[in-house]
Formats: sequence, C-alpha cells, structure tokens
Amino acid sequence: MEHIRAHVLVCAGTGCVSAGSKKIEAALRDQIAKHGLDKEIKIVETGCHGLCEMGPLVIVYPEGVFYVRVQESDIVDIVEQHLYKGRVVERLLYTEHDTLEGIPSYKEIAFYKKQMRMVLANCGQIDPEQIDEYISVGGYEALGKALTTMKPEEVVDEVKKSGLRGRGGGGFPTGMKWGFARNAPGEKKYVVCNADEGDPGAFMDRSVLESDPHRVIEGMAVCGYAIGADEGYVYVRAEYPLAIKRLKNAIEQAEAIGLLGENIFGSGFNFRLKIKEGAGAFVCGEETALLASIEGKRGMPRPRPPFPAISGLWGKPTNINNVETFANIPQIITKGADWFASIGTERSKGTKVFALTGRINHTGLAEVPMGITMREIIYDIGGGIPDGKKFKAAQIGGPSGGCLPEQLLDLSVDYDSLIKVGAMMGSGGLVVMDETTCMVDLAKFFLSFTQEESCGKCTPCREGTKRMLEILTRITEGQGKEGDIELLETMARDIKTTALCGLGQTAPNPVLSTLQYFRDEYEAHIKEKRCPAGSCAGLLEYTITEECKGCGLCKKACPVEAISGEKKGLHEIDQDKCVKCAACFAKCPFKAIKKQ
Amino acid sequence: MKTIEDLKRLRDQVQSTTRMRHDSSRQIIVGMGTCGIAAGAREVMSTILDEIAKRKLDDVLVRQTGCIGMCEKEVLVDVVLAGQPRITYGNVTTADIPKIIADHVVNGRIVKELAIGKFVE
Repeated sequence: MEHIRAHVLVCAGTGCVSAGSKKIEAALRDQIAKHGLDKEIKIVETGCHGLCEMGPLVIVYPEGVFYVRVQESDIVDIVEQHLYKGRVVERLLYTEHDTLEGIPSYKEIAFYKKQMRMVLANCGQIDPEQIDEYISVGGYEALGKALTTMKPEEVVDEVKKSGLRGRGGGGFPTGMKWGFARNAPGEKKYVVCNADEGDPGAFMDRSVLESDPHRVIEGMAVCGYAIGADEGYVYVRAEYPLAIKRLKNAIEQAEAIGLLGENIFGSGFNFRLKIKEGAGAFVCGEETALLASIEGKRGMPRPRPPFPAISGLWGKPTNINNVETFANIPQIITKGADWFASIGTERSKGTKVFALTGRINHTGLAEVPMGITMREIIYDIGGGIPDGKKFKAAQIGGPSGGCLPEQLLDLSVDYDSLIKVGAMMGSGGLVVMDETTCMVDLAKFFLSFTQEESCGKCTPCREGTKRMLEILTRITEGQGKEGDIELLETMARDIKTTALCGLGQTAPNPVLSTLQYFRDEYEAHIKEKRCPAGSCAGLLEYTITEECKGCGLCKKACPVEAISGEKKGLHEIDQDKCVKCAACFAKCPFKAIKKQ
Repeated sequence: MKTIEDLKRLRDQVQSTTRMRHDSSRQIIVGMGTCGIAAGAREVMSTILDEIAKRKLDDVLVRQTGCIGMCEKEVLVDVVLAGQPRITYGNVTTADIPKIIADHVVNGRIVKELAIGKFVE
C-alpha cells in the first residue's frame, strides 16, 4: 500500500523526444530509485505542452513547477533538491523574455495566459498511453451521453447548433456535413479522420494524436453514431510514427474495455476503427484523393459532386473531418452547443490551434479563441520576434493561405476576416517572418512546395504552377522582365478558377497575397535588380569598403579568386568573377565587406 | 463495460491517477529544510505517506516546504484544510502522525497539544 505524493511529467512529444527527453526520463528513474523515492513519486510520460521551443520540459506536481530545457545533468538537482527536499531548482525555471525572473508555475507563464486550451486541455497533462488517465478526466462521457440519452439526429443538431466549422482548411460547417451523410441513403456508411497534415510548419494534428488520442477516437465514435456508420478510418501520414503508435495503442485499449466494438454502452451501436498509413503526399489531404488512397488506388482527386457524403469510400456515404475537428466534438456533447457557441465570433465559434514557427520567440502550439488578433498571438503568446528584428509578415494557412503584412496585425483571426484579406485559416500554420525575409523568395518557396506536390492530373495545376515558379525564380535571380507581375496575376487567377481540387485552386494564393501587400518588392527585383530584404543571393553585390586593413583573409577565403589586393592595402572584388557565396563576408574581421 | 454507470464507476476508481495535477482541498506540508531533515523530517514524511495509503486518503496532497526559522521546533508539519486556517504542528515525531491524520485531516479536529501556531492565508 503506497501513496503517491508527486507526479513528474516528462514531455514525450516529438519535439521534446528529439531534444533528449527519453534520456532525461531514464536518469530520473535512476535518481528517484537511488534516493528511495520510487514508491512515492510517479513518472508520467505526456504528450506535447506546446512550448516546444523550451523543451525538454519537466513539470512537477502538486506544485505545478515548470522546468525548461532540462539536461541529463540537471536531474540530480531536480531529485535531490526538489523531490527530496522540496526546494525548487530556480536555474531551470522558465523566464520571460522581458524579465529575468524565474516563473515557477505553469499557469503564470505568458505563453499560456492568453491561451484557451480546450482541444489541447489534456495535452501534456495526461499520459496518452493510459486510457485510465483519459477516463479520469471525464473521457468517453460524451460518447456515453450521446449513445444513451440522445437520438442520432439530436447529435447532428447539437453539432449544427454549436457552429463548429471544419478545422482542416475550408471551414465548412461540421454539423451540416454530418447532416448530409446522415440523410444520404445507404446501409453502410463510413467515418474518416483526415490526419494527413501536410502544410509546412503545421503540427497540431500530430500533437493531438500523440498527446490525447482517445479524444479523437471519441469524437469519431460520436460521429459514427450520428450519421449511422459502424466503421471508421484514420488516415495518418507514415511520417508520424509516434502518433500512429499511440493511436494504435489507444484503439486497442478502447476495444479491450468495450468503448469500441459491438453494442457500446448497451445501446446496440457498433463501431470499429482502423488506421490507414498514408505515404505523405500533400494532395492526399484533399478528401477525394484521400479516399482513393484508402481504397489502395493512387492518391488523386476527382471532380465533385458527387461529394463524399453521398458517394465516398467504396462508393458509400462517408463523412470526413480532420483531427482537430473531431477533437472538438466530445466537449460540445458534454458541455453543450450553447457553451461552445459562446466562445469566438459571430460566425467562427470555439478555439483554433495555431502552430507558431519561423522568426518568433516561442515556437510551439497555441490554442486561442476565435476572434483574437494576430498581434496578440504573435507578441503576447509568441513572445515577439527574436534578436530585436522587425516584424514583416505572417504566412497564415500554409501554402494555400496568404501573407499578411504589419498593417493587418490587429485583424480578428476568424474564417471570414482572413478570407477577406486574401488569406485563409487553413489548418492553422502560422509562419512569422522578419525584415530579412524576401517576399518574392517566400512566394517562390511555397509555390515550389505546391508545384512539387501537384499530382499532375489537371493541366492548370501541373503546368500552371510550374510556369509561375519559373517566372518567380527568374525574378529572384535578377532576370525579371517588365510584364512579369501582370503575367503572374493572370496565371494565378486562371489556375484558381480552373484547377480540379483545393491544392491547385489555392496554390497561387501566396503569390497573390504577397503581390497585394508587397508589390514594391517585386518591382524592386524587376526594375532595380535589387532585393530590399537583402536575401536573394543573385541580386546582391559584395563590395569592400575603406575599413579594409588589407589582412588578406578574404582573398584566401574566396573560392573563385575574385579578390585582389596587396598586403596592408585596400582589397577589391571583381564583380564579374564573384559567385556571391558570402565566404569573404563571413571571414572579414573588420566588417569591411558590404552586402547590398 | 456495458453501461454509462460502468464508465462512471471506472472514472471514480481511476480519478486518483490524475487528481494530483488539479487543486486539492486537503494538504499536509512537511518542513524539509536542513534543520527539518536533521530532526527526522524524512522519516516523518514516509510515515505520513504510509498512513495516508493505509486510510486510502487519495485526495490529500503531501508537499514540502523549507525552513521557516523555528528550527528548534522541527520537525514542523502543517495541515491545510479548505476554508480553515493553516495549522502548524511542532516537534512532530513519527508516533504523532496517526493522531494528526485521524483527528485533523480526516475529522477536522485540531490536535491542540501538538499545535504551535496557525495562520490565515
């Protein structure tokens, strides 16, 4: 008989594992046993807490002390000082950027203060591999409530009333989608979870699956009951091995105690789940391509209608939602549609998880209520831009989204406001850029991503994105011509209106939005052969200034012998020979080489 | 699992697995400064944990604190019940623990002969 007096939570999300959290856990186990504390202290492996920048994270309860960037060598102190003697190890505490004082507890950290963690409520708080922990915080009660007290139509109505919209891209009302699948004629129906998260910089779906897989399973089972499906698929990309492992484990545990399978809660409702591993093609995030891939065919989209709700997987009515959408379902059922609808804006309800990446202090995951401003997300939660640089733009919605400039920082973040300014919610990737990012180069980056991922079925996408990419490449290399901007605009519009699926229709968005807000940068590249951000290598010129002491280091560093000059005399770069490798720039001890 | 009642029963059973990560209404705090440890705080702590386990008081949080200056009165043990002043017991030995837990933590009656102070937070 033992009483556990403390829990040590070690983050085992992908971010922290790659930062070494497994080693830390092993060291903890050793030290705790060494001090004879193993019967009173429990180590819990959790999923992601969202503050990935500061990992590996270790949290000690009951105090809720939050240790960041913990190294193996710190474990002795955590065990001897904190766990044995109750003294907080101050040097490992999280510190805010503007103060130097350590902040001991989770709840006081600015990164979490403005967040509203609903979908992520359990992430980092429970052990995702133990169904007991999920149940202990009220898990599967939504499924129980739906199955034993609600009719399927009532579940659909509740989701409609909540105002929940798809969290994967388009933002279609989830309840309506469920209604279509419910009303579609047919005995056999399917529920499919789209976990083919492919946007560069987006990782919220992975994180939810890794940290709280049961929540997604529960949401899918509720959906199955609502639309009349007895079988479901989770389509996860194979690049997410930990998510797949935890999901498999969760499905087995739910089956073992009868929360999946036959006659759940004695209601006569049967539901089984299967996992389909995708091979990581971006286009498979498009629903018809995803279904083709589950069926074992090549992942290519097909024209709609018929929509999957009428004819989906193997021709049967199918409802597809993404991970975050399903993860919202349990709380809507337990707390009610009115509660959910009280959060957010008029037409965008609830919260949204954003993956903060790029030039931002707190890289990680943040869940915020709809209607919050970009400024709050980037500065209050994200901690602003590192190294005292200036904010330039934020790419929201991944390669299908748009690029928003500084003057839109106070924009309300919701589905409709974002569409109005030429961006979109997408899956919630938020890539922040500072003044050193070239907007033409950024558009080129995203377009090269979509171009590479184009499946090639329809011409506008296959050929169109390739031609646009050629033009952008030319511009960044200083070969831009008069008329390029207009040609880009025309092509972008044509591709948007004629491409077969969402990938093609949205591929030109980054080009259009950067043209809308940063047209002068395109013009500077084309007319003045100049990159205002100083980033396009092809447009830079390296020159040596009067500061030169004639040490000769640059001359030695130059791989193409473009630098000439006598010892102790002013050196010079031959612009015709220079390949702009920046080797001299990096070597000069007197900062005498200028880049323009 | 056949009914929603089964789920609720299971939830109640497993609630202790995560309860520590939320606030609790009952706490026992042991002085773990150097003075406390020298006076036997570690043994007192072990006895508290055993006693709590024996009585299945899953919701009681056991925490530590540092030296508060009354070193001669160590081992110091505080009991905090929601809505009541925090009571400090002094010169606590392992033999006192069953009484403190039975009377104060479980039944809410302060053990007057061991109490040396109270403060309202």
